[in-house]
Amino acid sequence: MNTAWALIILPAVTGLCSLFIDSERLRKNLLVVVAFLHLYMSLQLCNGSAGELDGVWLGVDHLTRIFLTLTSLLFTGSAVYSMIYLDKHPHADGADLAGWQFLRNRNAIFVACMQLFLAAMSLAILSMHFGLQWIGIEATTLASTPLIYYHRNRRSLEAAWKYMIICSVGIALALMGVFFLAKTTTQHVQLFTPAGLVLFAGYLKLGWLKVAFIFFLVGYGTKMGLAPMHTWLPDAHSEAPSPVSAMLSGALLNCAFLGILRIYQVCVAIPATAAFASELLIIAGLVSMGFSGIFIMHQPDYKRMLAYSSVEHMGILATGIGLGGSAIAGALLHAICHSLIKAPMFLLAGNILSAFNTKKVEEVSGLLKSMPFTGMLWLAGFLAITGTPPFGTFISEFAILKAALQTRSWTTAGLYLLFLLIVFIGMLTIVMQMTLGRRPDDHADEHHHHNPAAKDHEQKHEKHHKHDAASAVSGSVIDEDLLQIMTPVIFLSLALILGFYLPEYVRQAINGGALLLGGAIL
Amino acid sequence: MNSIATLLALSCIFLLGSSRLLMSIRMVAFQGLLLGILPLAAAGDGHLSLALIFLSLASIALKSILLPWLLNKAMVDSGTRREIEPFISFGASMLLGLFLLAVSGWIVDKLQATEPVPSPVTLIAGFYLVFSGLLLLITRRKALTQTLGFLVLENGVFTAGLSLGSEFSVMVELGILLDVFVGIFLMGIMLFHIDREFDHLDADRFNELSDLEIAASPDEEVAE
Repeated sequence: MNTAWALIILPAVTGLCSLFIDSERLRKNLLVVVAFLHLYMSLQLCNGSAGELDGVWLGVDHLTRIFLTLTSLLFTGSAVYSMIYLDKHPHADGADLAGWQFLRNRNAIFVACMQLFLAAMSLAILSMHFGLQWIGIEATTLASTPLIYYHRNRRSLEAAWKYMIICSVGIALALMGVFFLAKTTTQHVQLFTPAGLVLFAGYLKLGWLKVAFIFFLVGYGTKMGLAPMHTWLPDAHSEAPSPVSAMLSGALLNCAFLGILRIYQVCVAIPATAAFASELLIIAGLVSMGFSGIFIMHQPDYKRMLAYSSVEHMGILATGIGLGGSAIAGALLHAICHSLIKAPMFLLAGNILSAFNTKKVEEVSGLLKSMPFTGMLWLAGFLAITGTPPFGTFISEFAILKAALQTRSWTTAGLYLLFLLIVFIGMLTIVMQMTLGRRPDDHADEHHHHNPAAKDHEQKHEKHHKHDAASAVSGSVIDEDLLQIMTPVIFLSLALILGFYLPEYVRQAINGGALLLGGAIL
Repeated sequence: MNSIATLLALSCIFLLGSSRLLMSIRMVAFQGLLLGILPLAAAGDGHLSLALIFLSLASIALKSILLPWLLNKAMVDSGTRREIEPFISFGASMLLGLFLLAVSGWIVDKLQATEPVPSPVTLIAGFYLVFSGLLLLITRRKALTQTLGFLVLENGVFTAGLSLGSEFSVMVELGILLDVFVGIFLMGIMLFHIDREFDHLDADRFNELSDLEIAASPDEEVAE
């Protein structure tokens, strides 16, 4: 019980404290220490060795186990990566925030908001009470907005503003859903939690429950990145610093997904609303996959490509949950694999960005030669994220397809396969362009010789090439830091292992979660 | 309670038709005041508790004093006084507002057919505020007006919640209030930054990030 509260309070307190710590090193170390402490405590809690929770406000069930462990793990990886990231962006005083001097240090704000973000996500995942969960999910928006605005330029400001407005509006609608859900209850219901509502499913008022589900789906769906409410996502993910993008995509989207799962848990307890909710989820999922397929084709920005890939995967999750049966366990496994792959992909994108100084796909080539480790991992990550065997994503995507075929939803299965294929081709062309080909400096020379007319174009690019020209001119291999590579390697290997072997802990959590959501075990 | 709901709806029609930002901010502050009184009116004389009064006072302090003050400061600093040329003219958006009021009435009517609502007029006002907030968010150019639109939407959600009689414990209510406050406070701080970076508060001129318009500006800042 106390561990659960500590998971929320500890990062919140240390986060606020780090605003006032002057020493850059102390702050960074604090971030990593808190990350590991949080990971240790969440494992303790999920093992059940930390005692049971009464579940009025906070609770631990199988869904919590999956998402809490995942969030804590990804945060630890991001925190370690942030050490390097902050080294590359030394202490810089930005413009003061509305006259508040002590908020000028953007690195202090980064470290503080990362920890507050962790606290908010822990609250969103651990809370059982629907109102408390809403508070947690809204708090994640608040804590992550300053992170997106880290670079303090126009582009990041625009991204942060869009993120703030669109997500806040979405979540305000979800609050409406919470009020409607409270209206479904009668005086029989003691607890305003998923388990409490399921217990008295027979007494719930169906009309209000359906209205509440629509509001939840639109509201939390905005935050989760379901199309067509996903418009904030590519902007925020591409402008945020890479460790933040990794957290946004790997952990934050899951929190919003959990918000939808919680009300779905109530809906499946009643057959009439179960069919209604499933149908809506499948439609939302397929639309998201389709949207992402359209925008991923010829995407000029590789971080945006990853963001649209997140939209696709959120679509897969929604479709899987909607299909029911064994697809639910598949979707939960997919959520784990997606986080374990997308987070390292964003970190690798950060490596590429810091070496090449551009987010444009056309200006990056020959990664395998210039950054061998990053290049290899980037290729492996691409194979993993598109569901190529033997990665875990293949197992989960296949489980969802199988369930679609078993329930004879031919249209769903057909569209699902079609969109997967489109995204695969779209990402393939982009990743091939980036990893293969010649080194960028050769490329630039050739460009110069054959096309003298593009001289001003060349000048524009000189700024971009300055950095890698310096490091790549002699050895032509760009230095890669161990810590930069280690985190992606660990996460990608975990995703690979999940393809071969499901540890008992993971299997139990997935099956338990699937049963809560009215599905079958894997 | 019904009279307060009516006043809320009227203030909204006024908001949709007003071009002066100062007037809009004052209207939203007025809404915050009404919203603070609403739970007291809903509870009636016999059921006033200390917690309820405290929540009301906190809500009034945040929504009708602190936030309007911040937005007012942002407005004065940026030197914007008026909302210029919204995507839909002020007259048209007032008409559209009346239409939305009818839609809200229709929705509540439909909802009542399945389950009775304790206070339908307040629920209509709640839906209407939500719709008008969305309308302001979509059709206005200034980032400041968008913030106001969000506040109106949020007020609408609270009004709808009150009309349904959905009550949580004081801690949850306080948490929700705190979240909303911090959210709008952050938006206010970002308004200062938008004003400094772009020299205007026109959110419709935010077009550096778009998939539909690939051509990048020459002095594009790539940072990392």
